[in-house]
Amino acid sequence: MKAKAKTGKLSGFSERTSDIILVVICVIILLIVAYPLYYVLVASVSDPYDVYAGKTFLLPSKFSLEGYKAVFADPNILTGLLNSFKYTVIGTVFSVVMLYLTAYPLSVKNLPGRKFFSIFFIITMYFGGGLVPTYLIVKETGLINNMWSLFLPGGVAVGNMIIMRNFFENSIPKEMIEAAEIDGASKWTTFIRIVVPLSRSIMAVMVVFSMVAYWNDWFTSMIYLPSPEQAPLPLVLRNILIKSSASASQASTISGGYAELNKMTEMIKFSSIIIAAAPMLVIYPFVQKYFEKGFMAGAVKG
Amino acid sequence: MKKRKTAASGSVIAMSGKPLKKRIMDNWQLYAMLLIPVILTIIYKYIPMYGIQIAFRDYKASQGMFGSEWVGLKWFQRFFSAPTCVRMLSNTLLLSLYSLLWSFPIPIFLALMLNQVRFQRFKRVTQTILYAPHFISTMVICGMIRIFLSPSGGLLNLILGSSVDFLTESSAFRSIYIASGIWQDAGWGIIVYMATLSNVDMSLYEAAKVDGASLFQRIIHIDIPELKSIMVLNLIMSAGNLMNVGFEKVWLLQTDLNKATSDVIAVYVYQQGIENAKYSYSTAVGLFNTVVNIILLIAVNKIAGKLSEDTSFV
Repeated sequence: MKAKAKTGKLSGFSERTSDIILVVICVIILLIVAYPLYYVLVASVSDPYDVYAGKTFLLPSKFSLEGYKAVFADPNILTGLLNSFKYTVIGTVFSVVMLYLTAYPLSVKNLPGRKFFSIFFIITMYFGGGLVPTYLIVKETGLINNMWSLFLPGGVAVGNMIIMRNFFENSIPKEMIEAAEIDGASKWTTFIRIVVPLSRSIMAVMVVFSMVAYWNDWFTSMIYLPSPEQAPLPLVLRNILIKSSASASQASTISGGYAELNKMTEMIKFSSIIIAAAPMLVIYPFVQKYFEKGFMAGAVKG
Repeated sequence: MKKRKTAASGSVIAMSGKPLKKRIMDNWQLYAMLLIPVILTIIYKYIPMYGIQIAFRDYKASQGMFGSEWVGLKWFQRFFSAPTCVRMLSNTLLLSLYSLLWSFPIPIFLALMLNQVRFQRFKRVTQTILYAPHFISTMVICGMIRIFLSPSGGLLNLILGSSVDFLTESSAFRSIYIASGIWQDAGWGIIVYMATLSNVDMSLYEAAKVDGASLFQRIIHIDIPELKSIMVLNLIMSAGNLMNVGFEKVWLLQTDLNKATSDVIAVYVYQQGIENAKYSYSTAVGLFNTVVNIILLIAVNKIAGKLSEDTSFV
């Protein structure tokens, strides 16, 4: 009771103090989150020897873009970049179309069998055939070393589909759809002319989610696309970042011997991390304001 | 809002008045839309589920998934007698249990704190930066971990002034896995909580302030009750996923020397199934994992059900 009275009296003061404390804590957390990325960015434009001597905690040392030049001169990384770009574009278009085709019918309240189809899709969120049976089916449908093995098996992202379905149910005025149908528009016309244009915000979120998923994926390609010329960027980076080995093409183009090659490998580590991470980090802030809305719509009747 | 609802339900009744056949015919275009997703789901989700039976067969490519010789529980017996079986089971459970203990509360604290920040611009920028690591590939994250933990010139060793090779220490593996997981996903995890908190009526805060409630008291008495149901839901969902340790990060951070703690079932399933092409054996191990998971899920649900009888918030 005493404490309560005290804070009551000093509420003006304690408001300001708590504001300051909150901001300070936030800034500390932000530094923890952002610093590793900042460190990599700084290291990517510094001399590798200085990085390993601990001279680049805050600012670059002996600024150079050699690391980036080396990345773009490496044919394996270039192929990986190109592949990742291709998979991301095609995969995103395919996924978002699939999401619409599934989510909209399931959002129509009086569709006979709606419940059956909902359960049919939702079950696959909780149970699956597991790694090997799925692999064998992908193999049997002839998709090994075929780009479509990345898109078809995971075709319907059920979690995202539910968020989208709930968005349709809650955010698209039923009167508009009914009015269109009274005017003689078919279900398909209503969908294309009314539902799609009115759902641009959730579409933006889903496009970003799909892009991130495809751009960052490597496990699916590692299993289904064994041939090296089809590897996406993260899989190419595995040799550099995890196995820490220079590619043969690099070794042949560098004349300065082992030390020079070693230096190059270290530089490429930092710059390739930046190149792999940057595109998605640049894109997501544009749709950030829709994230919470999307999750709210999804949570209403999860 | 209310008006719209009644109009909608009115039309439902009007529609339901028509005979079923007519209603199905009216909606044929919607069924046509569902056609491709349904076919894909049958082929790539339901047939593999049916294909789990190769766990009880001796799969031969020539005889196919459904025609190979039936061997009963042979593969399960082999797994239980494998020398690393117990180690893999306990590693899997402990790794995800410890992850859960850390990664569950942290986003809640972050959200409660951020929700109290009154400077909107600062709040938004903070959120943007907190979300960032979520959008980075596990491959890149693990590359960064390896660089930072490198014994020669790695960031952590530079700061500590030491030269420890952390990834060869099995005692450090879980901490590395969990800490990097928090760094990557705790920020993203706040979204659900922030969205829920944005529903709190501002007048509640004002009233509490007038009554002299401190910031801390407002959080305890207004925010936490608001979050309770979503917290319980999240906890149940993650507890029901205890056996599903993500394959990617463990596999990328595993070294020969940290296997005492990094050897988990998911990695074993991959190595046996894809690398060694022991299809039936791998499927059996995966199925065993799923069964344990389902048992855990049911148990957690039962416990949660008991708890919710006592409290009114679920």
